[in-house]
Amino acid sequence: MGISTFKGGVHPYDGKELAMGEAIREIRPKGTMVYPLSQHIGAPAKPVVQKGDKVLVGQTIAEAGGFISAPVISSVSGSVKAIEKRLTPGGVMAESILIESDQNDEKIPGFGEKRDYKSLSREEIVSIVRDAGIVGLGGAGFPTAVKLSPKEPEKIDYFLVNGAECEPYLCSDYRDMLEYPERLIGGLRVLLRLFPNAAGKICIEDNKPEAIRKLSELVKSEDRMEVLSLRTRYPQGGERQLIYAATGRKINSSMLPADAGVVVDNVDTVIAIYDAVCESMPLVRRILTVTGDAVVKPGNFRVPLGISYQEIIDAAGGFKEDPEKVISGGPMMGVPLFKLDVPLVKNSSSILAFLKDPVSAEPTTACINCGRCVSACPENLMPTLMMQSALRKDTARFTKLYGMECIECGCCSYVCPAKRPLTQGFKEMKRRVNAERRAAAMKAREAEGKKEGEKK
Amino acid sequence: MKMLNLSANPHIRDRISTAEIMRDVVIAMLPTAIYGVMQWGLNAALVIVFTTAAAVLTEYLYELCMKFPNTVKDWSAAVTGLILALNCPPDIPLWMPVVGAVFAILVVKQLYGGLGRNFMNPALAARCFLLISFAGPMTKFRGVGADAVSSATPLALMKADPAAVQSLRTLFLGQIPGTIGEVSKLCLLIGALYLILRRVISPKIPLIYIGTVALFTLLFGGRGFDLHYVLAEILGGGLIFGAFFMATDYVTGPITPKGQIIFALILGLLTGLFRLFGGSAEGVSYAIILTNILVPVINEKTIPKAFGREGEKS
Repeated sequence: MGISTFKGGVHPYDGKELAMGEAIREIRPKGTMVYPLSQHIGAPAKPVVQKGDKVLVGQTIAEAGGFISAPVISSVSGSVKAIEKRLTPGGVMAESILIESDQNDEKIPGFGEKRDYKSLSREEIVSIVRDAGIVGLGGAGFPTAVKLSPKEPEKIDYFLVNGAECEPYLCSDYRDMLEYPERLIGGLRVLLRLFPNAAGKICIEDNKPEAIRKLSELVKSEDRMEVLSLRTRYPQGGERQLIYAATGRKINSSMLPADAGVVVDNVDTVIAIYDAVCESMPLVRRILTVTGDAVVKPGNFRVPLGISYQEIIDAAGGFKEDPEKVISGGPMMGVPLFKLDVPLVKNSSSILAFLKDPVSAEPTTACINCGRCVSACPENLMPTLMMQSALRKDTARFTKLYGMECIECGCCSYVCPAKRPLTQGFKEMKRRVNAERRAAAMKAREAEGKKEGEKK
Repeated sequence: MKMLNLSANPHIRDRISTAEIMRDVVIAMLPTAIYGVMQWGLNAALVIVFTTAAAVLTEYLYELCMKFPNTVKDWSAAVTGLILALNCPPDIPLWMPVVGAVFAILVVKQLYGGLGRNFMNPALAARCFLLISFAGPMTKFRGVGADAVSSATPLALMKADPAAVQSLRTLFLGQIPGTIGEVSKLCLLIGALYLILRRVISPKIPLIYIGTVALFTLLFGGRGFDLHYVLAEILGGGLIFGAFFMATDYVTGPITPKGQIIFALILGLLTGLFRLFGGSAEGVSYAIILTNILVPVINEKTIPKAFGREGEKS
């Protein structure tokens, strides 16, 4: 059974009061919409429209580029202006479809039509989710349809709705739970139909008592659902930590949650599934928090995908003064932005703007071996020793110290009194190890190919 | 708009800094330092001031000469100087602990790469250096009060004469011969409690260390089940000071949870061995610096398995 928490972690100032009380608002886009083809883990989508084509709201403009991939859907009606490389919030240039909105919001036929999920088969539901372009909206962006198709669906005993929202400042999932609890439960009903033996657990950190109360009330009439209150501690919403807290089961970097009989989806993802399956609305919008001390009117917004960050910030009243740092995502794991002219993508969970950035310029001093990182690591790793191997770029030692289990949550860097960039070092080392592994695999394949050639 | 800052996550950080931790250690040693000065008088005060100043100045000058960044502000040199001073007898000639402070900072700390790189506790290594070099003055202690003459420490007395066990109250309050900072267990424990409450140290290593010494003394002290004697061993010498302020040194202690237990057990065994079967009545300093040398091995052998990998072979 679960113990409702995990070992390690940190508890930073959460800053949620800035936007927690703000109801979700909608934004109508004005400018050109940009849809990167790669907004998910896996192969980029393939465009199915051309420059000059007319498109409608809900129309597929790029189809999945493989099994682990997701289509891209237009969130406006208008015409395709170009297909070109554009900067994404992740900091890379990615091939994107640009659409000039005609401001008419003309929808594809059948958009928004009610549908009874009980009349649908398992395969039909999964294919609706796939065609709707739904990916994990919590930040990872893993294609949801893939997650919903484990080899043996009857062996899944838990479906966890991740409502932990453990990142400081973020509160959009909280607003979702408070304002759309019926949709959330509706989505979970659909999902429990896919997993006949699973118990549905809505997991919420105990700093959101309102959401816990509201959902607990609603699940009373559902037979396979319950609300689980978790201790408020970052990274409670990390997939491995959440699974452990809710079920007592442990997964590592080489396992999928399904291997432990668990499937996890974020709150907004479950709502997106409800919208797609029960109301025929593909993924064209997502929820996000815009907050931080530089923002005039922090709040929560449901915004069409493809809109520029600048437009969203303007909708939140703009900046009080020029911020020093703007982050896409939470303060613990988010990505800093150097330009605000980037489009909202499926896994953008928030925009944070801070007047002061005390972190970037902070001087680093010698490690004094205090062990705070060891106590804070939710993966039970030895960050100080790993950092020594990272500085030497010793990948063998790094992997031996279980470095590949690092979830990059940032706890070690957060607690370090010497202000050492531990997380940064580990991210780089993980990439290095993965590159080495790819190179070795390639070499092995080539050697295999040569052998084959010799035989012939 | 001005340029936006970029840096890797996390974008927020805890306020704690190395300097704050080290300053806390200095604060925690103040009660016992003040008690020492009140009990032993002017020379003790001078030893504390000069030794600490010598440690800080050595660090400053070395870094100046080597064109290294100045790390005096991190308080770590002050901690070393203060620990060394508190480990000296109250009547020691001033120049001796000053030489010790230079040795601690220059040889034990800086020549190995400075803060975080030394493999031995600099203050204790310097104390042992002084003990070997100046055995006489380093072991000449003074009695308390009217009989202010040369006197043996409670541990030495007990070792020589099994009947000479002092009252626990006297031992706890510190009205006994000893080094400047080791005598008042009350003041030391107040400091230790401060460090624990500030989460600078965990009581894990000190408690296991003291517990092991207690058990060892009980088993091999040759006095049967004599709790008074065991407690006198714990309170009579430098064990409380060493356990809470030196065995908990981050740099020279293990970092793995299991390693810390093993480290504390070895400390306890060695201290017991040195005290009961060695030539001297004390053994804390040597036990700690010897075990410091084992730390890399202890760490290496006790690296825990990662979350979700517990069942696997390493």
